[in-house]
Amino acid sequence: MSTYKTISEKIFSDHLGRDVEAGEIVIVDVDFMMGQDGTTPLAIKTFENVGAKKVANPEKVAFVIDHNAPSPSEKVSALHKLMRDFSSNYGTKFYDIGEGICHQLIPEKGHALPGQIVIGADSHTCTYGAINCFSTGVGSTDLAIAMASGKLWFKVPQSVKIVLEGSLPTGVYSKDVALYIIKNLTANGATYKAVEFEGPVIDNLSVEARFTISNMSVEMGAKVGLIKLDEKAENWVKERTDKPFKSYEPDEGANYEEIYKFDVSDLEPQIAKPHAVDNVSPISEVEGIPIHQGLLGTCTNGRIEDLRIAANILKGKRIHKGVRLIVAPASKDTLLKAMNEGIIQTLIQAGATVVAPGCGPCVGTHNGVPSDGENVISSANRNFKGRMGNNKAFIYLGSPATVAASCIEGKIADPRKYL
Amino acid sequence: MELKGYSHKFGDDVNTDYIISGKYKFSTIDMDELSVHLMEDLRPNFYNDIKKGDFIVAGENFGCGSSREQAPLVIKHAGISAVIATSFARIFYRNSINIGLPLVEVTTNNIDEGDLLTVDLEKGVVKNFTKDEVLKIKSLPKVMLKILQSGGLVNYYKKYGTLELIN
Repeated sequence: MSTYKTISEKIFSDHLGRDVEAGEIVIVDVDFMMGQDGTTPLAIKTFENVGAKKVANPEKVAFVIDHNAPSPSEKVSALHKLMRDFSSNYGTKFYDIGEGICHQLIPEKGHALPGQIVIGADSHTCTYGAINCFSTGVGSTDLAIAMASGKLWFKVPQSVKIVLEGSLPTGVYSKDVALYIIKNLTANGATYKAVEFEGPVIDNLSVEARFTISNMSVEMGAKVGLIKLDEKAENWVKERTDKPFKSYEPDEGANYEEIYKFDVSDLEPQIAKPHAVDNVSPISEVEGIPIHQGLLGTCTNGRIEDLRIAANILKGKRIHKGVRLIVAPASKDTLLKAMNEGIIQTLIQAGATVVAPGCGPCVGTHNGVPSDGENVISSANRNFKGRMGNNKAFIYLGSPATVAASCIEGKIADPRKYL
Repeated sequence: MELKGYSHKFGDDVNTDYIISGKYKFSTIDMDELSVHLMEDLRPNFYNDIKKGDFIVAGENFGCGSSREQAPLVIKHAGISAVIATSFARIFYRNSINIGLPLVEVTTNNIDEGDLLTVDLEKGVVKNFTKDEVLKIKSLPKVMLKILQSGGLVNYYKKYGTLELIN
């Protein structure tokens, strides 16, 4: 047993009260668990199949209706009702339509804390790694069993370290860094593993921008994207909870399967081209491709900082004729802040359509399904064929700045000329 | 237990949205309704080509993307007896074991569309009768095999009355 441990090994060891290392399969108490409307109905059915009579710790469970909110059909409404009824019967926390996207709400409401083990029935649950929380995506059966027992089985993951060196040029953001890393590691470069991000680039990022990087860890297959808790992140958490928490740093000499170093000082804005997240090019190679729709939002880049960046570019301008720009703020709190700062007015004056906080356009359930042959520039994390509800559309991924600049020009455009 | 069937071959990075599109899986959890759409963005009418017991065979990173368990559930419901791939994405892997869908991790370069295969999970081998070849499977950790043999995590939990590691 190595005495030098990664962040994941430390979090699991502390939870179990004994030393564990990567590769071991363990059962641990889960500190918080979450399900959204695409995964919770099946979890409820499974919970009933198990014959569970109560939720082990209702205060540690939250349901969020975000993927299809507000409901676009009777059938969806029936599933939402199932969630509302279960929640009121069993006393679990509940975030209804309009509250926002689960991955914004769970850390924002202080449910996911540093040093905890948190699961979510949604693949982007890896997001809260940005505040040093071991958070990972699971399925509905896992959520059901964890609701019933309070526990879940895990394989303690091997870890890889990604060191980000240099400093980010103006107009290049954490989204560009994430896409660049995924290009280099590929879509399964970190499968089954925990990724730890560090280095001066991470240190200089806002907490919001770090969420973007941890969020996209799953696009290289990772279980979680962990970042050390610095003063900035600690303050961010303390503004949202009075509960005590503990944070973890890796030991020097801890066992990493790989250590990657990237200097991002000369990085250009990056674009993921259809239909794979690792199909990434610098913007200079794809500039000029016509676009028909922009999406600003999602659990990757729908936070207040993202809306600010886009609004700064769009202020006093109009989006190109023939382009739709859909804005879906990540949460109600984000929307309210954006209203107070005049961001929403700026975006609407520029021609944007603002929809309820949620995931709809990103997952193709409603609120912005593109037509056949159309190109979309999106601040989301996935560009799979059919992702936005039409398998004959083409999705390009970029930063909020790139989305804004591209919507002005009606073609993929370098945001740096607007800064 | 030996599984036997024909191969339906797919490529790398088959994501959960290809397995079952997001536009369907938010409106129902009825697998009869969902499974007819299995893989339709990649191969229209695929559901009708499946004979009970057949295998889905794929390359790297099968099941990447969403955590929605509808993906392994529709595969199982459509009559596929196991998925054979060079590698699997993590959440899909976990979900499949949890719902009792066997996954076989083995290099699939030499398996083609329509090959007749058998899979023996206990012995850890895939036999390709069309190519007259035997492939060795990466073995599953004991706990996962136990969950799979119980028919999934729900049955495992019910059988043992708890979520403990049974060795």
